[in-house]
Amino acid sequence: MSDFTSDFWSYYVAVITLASIAACAVLLWSMSTRRVAGDKVETMGHVWDENLVEYNNPLPNWWRWMFYITIVFGAAYLLLYPGLGRFAGYFGWTSSGQYQGEQAKAEADYGPLFAKYAAMDIPAVAADPQAREIGQRLFLNYCSQCHASDARGGRGFPNLTDKDWLYGGDPATIEATITSGRNGIMPPLGQALGEEGVKNVAQYVLSLSGGTHDAAMAAKGKETFGTICVACHGPDGKGNPALGAPNLTDQTWLYGGAEATIAETVRLGRNNKMPAWGEFLGPAKVHLLAAYVWGLSNGKP
Amino acid sequence: MSTSAKPRLAQAAEPVEQALYEIRRKIYPRAVTGKFAASRWFFVWATQLVFYGLPWLSWNGRQAVLFDLVHRKFYILGLVFWPQDVVYLTVLLIISAYSLFLFTAVAGRLWCGYACPQTVYTEIFLWIEKAIEGDRARRMKLDSAPLGGRKLALKAAKHAAWIAVALWTGFTFVGYFTPIRHLWAEAFTLSFGPWEWFWVNFYGLATYGNAGWLREQVCKHMCPYARFQSVMFDRDTLIVTYDGGRGEPRGSRSRSVDHRAKGLGDCVDCGICVQVCPTGIDIRDGLQYECIGCAACIDGCNQVMDKVGYPRGLIRYASENAVRDRLSFAGIVRRVLRPRILVYTAILWAIILAAGYSLYQRVPVKVDVIRDRVASVRDAEEVENVYRLQIMNTTEAPRRFLISVSGLPGLKISGGDAEVEIGAASSRMIPVRLQAPRQQAKTGANPIVFTIQTAGEAEPVAIAEKASFVVQ
Repeated sequence: MSDFTSDFWSYYVAVITLASIAACAVLLWSMSTRRVAGDKVETMGHVWDENLVEYNNPLPNWWRWMFYITIVFGAAYLLLYPGLGRFAGYFGWTSSGQYQGEQAKAEADYGPLFAKYAAMDIPAVAADPQAREIGQRLFLNYCSQCHASDARGGRGFPNLTDKDWLYGGDPATIEATITSGRNGIMPPLGQALGEEGVKNVAQYVLSLSGGTHDAAMAAKGKETFGTICVACHGPDGKGNPALGAPNLTDQTWLYGGAEATIAETVRLGRNNKMPAWGEFLGPAKVHLLAAYVWGLSNGKP
Repeated sequence: MSTSAKPRLAQAAEPVEQALYEIRRKIYPRAVTGKFAASRWFFVWATQLVFYGLPWLSWNGRQAVLFDLVHRKFYILGLVFWPQDVVYLTVLLIISAYSLFLFTAVAGRLWCGYACPQTVYTEIFLWIEKAIEGDRARRMKLDSAPLGGRKLALKAAKHAAWIAVALWTGFTFVGYFTPIRHLWAEAFTLSFGPWEWFWVNFYGLATYGNAGWLREQVCKHMCPYARFQSVMFDRDTLIVTYDGGRGEPRGSRSRSVDHRAKGLGDCVDCGICVQVCPTGIDIRDGLQYECIGCAACIDGCNQVMDKVGYPRGLIRYASENAVRDRLSFAGIVRRVLRPRILVYTAILWAIILAAGYSLYQRVPVKVDVIRDRVASVRDAEEVENVYRLQIMNTTEAPRRFLISVSGLPGLKISGGDAEVEIGAASSRMIPVRLQAPRQQAKTGANPIVFTIQTAGEAEPVAIAEKASFVVQ
């Protein structure tokens, strides 16, 4: 009801509802107390299907009482639960309140288990089989849509099972990544470098990881790299975990290491978003997830 | 059916309000003994021993029959049904329906007369009523007497006994859904949960109300079966029949006179058949929808026939044709084997055998395969697809399963065939990565098959599940 600026519609709804119920009660009462004139039952003059006729008999008692009970139930319901405009009802029930109640109950049920793992450090949690199983379930529920069920990711989504990390793979960093999310931005440089410049830089990037490349173009590209790309990827192209800038000297590619793909990345840029889960999952589940993810590339699977 | 349109119309035309509703006359069924009453008591015992006793049985350290709604596991002796097995419930309902059709076509409302809970609990409640208040005549007298100390005591005792039975019934009912021994412990401290309170009392109240108060009204006004039984009857259906040709004209007579000479039939018009009827009808008016086929009138009439020295069977199980054509017993049996019955029987047995075979063949493992959508093709020499296998172990012991795959040359599970352990009666999701050489697979969806087989067992069971391997 907060869509409205005044209380008018709230009262409008409440008045119509209460008036309708009262009208039903009055109608029912008047119909059931009025006697047929002279106590004589007659037809109402309606005939269907040749011989089906309607009599003006009084309402059957069971039906009348059911109607009264319905009215009482309706009134009681509207008194106890929200139903009359903005009136919140005696119980003050809300759907979000019920949801929170269920959450609180789940918290009470599972809280001790989560608390036990929350108190352990991540390598210890990762070594616990039950914690790994919980972590896997959480991962399959929340993470696998992007990182795939086997956590090996896909095009644009990092592989979490190798030792290659954009922002760092130590337990605290993984936990921070899941909690707050990440937003990796490669700015589009197509306009700044021109098509020729883009291709030269792409050749140089290829050369960094030892790929086949055109040495002349790569040499030109190196100059551009040294003035622009160096800011994030560093002078030797090994990236910067603080910015999430990828290491360009290894064979691991987020979007692919073909020449055309690299050129596209330089030309159009990339914008990669890892959503923040801290608020949604809470620290205890994030901790278990971080342990699961850390465990994928450290020791036990 | 005797209720033709004419009396209805005549009733309605009367200028009184009662024309629309007949005020219920309370029925005081007279207790009766005999072959059919004994059969009914047999069924009362048989059904209620099962109903009250079953939840107390144990099987492998758990309740033998338990419908665990919270965890969605339905334990019936050695079997554990999951919601995915709902087809068996469907089959059970179909079998019940066909049995009803078959039995009704053969001999009318056998279900109603002997096994229906409404009949069974009414029988139990009537027995209590008779034990406390006495038989029909005494009950009628008691009810018409003014309220006094004795009447109050008798009524209170009766209702207390009824309520005790009803609550025990409600308790037992809930015991099918929540462990009954636990419930029993809770009963002593009155610490049921809210839903347990509700269902114990609701089911108890329904039993008390239906078997104590409503009785035949349930059959006459609430149960749909009475209304559509006529489509299951035919002229060869055995029904509780009064042999009018032999009985009429009815009338009382002195035992010393030859009634035939006086022009009387065999019916002595003693009214026993009406007094014993739990629905308060007169079977001599012919088949009526109120008749639940309990055969109490047969027992009652046979006793009278014995007493007056006439042959039994003035009221008996007979078909319309049998009475009309004076068929012999062999003739009646021959008519029972008519196409309708044979078709019903054949269909019923086909379903029972198919269901039994299916249960026998039921593999205690279920698998759902869900293909990952994000990374259908990975940039590698081999094409990779990732799947999530939800493996459900429906047995009550942990089991190891071997996952393998087939359908494409060179298709393999990365890291080799996987072996996983699934806990007792639980399910687990297993990520599986498949690899196939690029040149072996055509672009698009390639049909493949996952095989999940129990590992390390003498008689392994296997289940196959289809999936697609996508190549871009």
